[in-house]
Amino acid sequence: MKKFQCVVCGWIYDEAAGAPEEGIVAGTRWEDVPDSWACPDCGVGKADFEMVQIA
Amino acid sequence: MSPLIIIGSGLAGFTLAREWRKLDSATPLHIFTADDGGFYSKPMLSNAMAGGKTAAQLATKTAAQMAQELNAEIHAHTLISAIHPERRSITENGKEIAYSRLVLAKGADPIRLPLQGSGADAILSVNNLDDYTRFRAALEGKKRVAILGGGLIGCEFANDLLAGGFSVDVIDPGTRPLAALLPAEASLKLQEALGRQGVNWHFGVKAEAVERSGNALQLRLSDGSALEADVVLSAIGLRSRTTLAAAAGIQVNRGIVVDNRLQTSAPDIYAIGDCAEAQGKVLPYVMPLMQQARTLAKVLAGSEAELSYPVMPVVIKTPACPITVCPPALGVEGQWKVESTPAGVRALFIDSAERLHGFALSEKATAEKNSLAQQLIPS
Repeated sequence: MKKFQCVVCGWIYDEAAGAPEEGIVAGTRWEDVPDSWACPDCGVGKADFEMVQIA
Repeated sequence: MSPLIIIGSGLAGFTLAREWRKLDSATPLHIFTADDGGFYSKPMLSNAMAGGKTAAQLATKTAAQMAQELNAEIHAHTLISAIHPERRSITENGKEIAYSRLVLAKGADPIRLPLQGSGADAILSVNNLDDYTRFRAALEGKKRVAILGGGLIGCEFANDLLAGGFSVDVIDPGTRPLAALLPAEASLKLQEALGRQGVNWHFGVKAEAVERSGNALQLRLSDGSALEADVVLSAIGLRSRTTLAAAAGIQVNRGIVVDNRLQTSAPDIYAIGDCAEAQGKVLPYVMPLMQQARTLAKVLAGSEAELSYPVMPVVIKTPACPITVCPPALGVEGQWKVESTPAGVRALFIDSAERLHGFALSEKATAEKNSLAQQLIPS
């Protein structure tokens, strides 16, 4: 499971945790998150996210 | 053909450039900036210290990368001295440069208090990557930070510095943190949470002078007390950069006044981001800026777009007590109805007909953000 971080505001999407309050269930892989999805904190689109290295 | 010229390479300028390039790949684009022309995330500046991030780590793209990505010429470290709306040109370093359309995305300056004393020039503020570099350097080997201002940026820095192992004093002439955004109960929750982690709050007092005392700084407060710190950070608010526009005869108020097409009072000159006042408001947050940039990109590409804001909750990055707030629009009649639940504070701003105009949530209650946002009455 990977984590992705919004390059604009720093919000982190953790695949393991999903984003249940955004309607994305735990374990959803980033590639399966819809393209129409936007960062809950700043509203940028999926294309503006970048992968964050995890330990 | 004369280029589209954008002044400013912050989030506003670069987001507009990116959105517009999706619609127009041919028209030349020039970006003039006082900064180095690279890309970084400004919202991360107030919570990067604890993670030990350097300015170089925050700068995710260089000016050269941005120029290539945007098919643009980026003129870094430049200052525009004048706009000539009647000739459709700007002056940079004595040279006049023509534009077809001009976008002002100059951002805002931190407001600075006129403080007395030999240490007044040592007070720092952090509003760009160079500021952040200076701030980090000043903190090297130091322990104590005094923050002027208990608003959003002051609170985020306080939390971040605590997590980074510093001792933190916050000085604010008001009565509670985030007073401009939150109802009292939510402010108190944040005050207690940060207090438990070690913030020393000083409410109801102003800093009047800062004197150098050896390697430290001595603050004199308006109640006669004194406070010693190694570094003083000023975080009391932002003022839109309007001088250049005003000198060109463009209408300014608190920001550069724009209509719903983001156009200023001068033809073919537009403004977005922290320097712009749209719908009577200067909103120095990411989400409004994104809406403005997307709308303006369409306008510049010839579409009939108009600015329309969705519900835009503000997320306050204070891990000691996370807060999400959607303040009611100015002038809306109503009152805060506050519940303290085990999950956190849940405050709803309700009018006499029980309609929802705003909300403030703390800790786990922030999970209700989306469901409440859907119930909100558009202002």
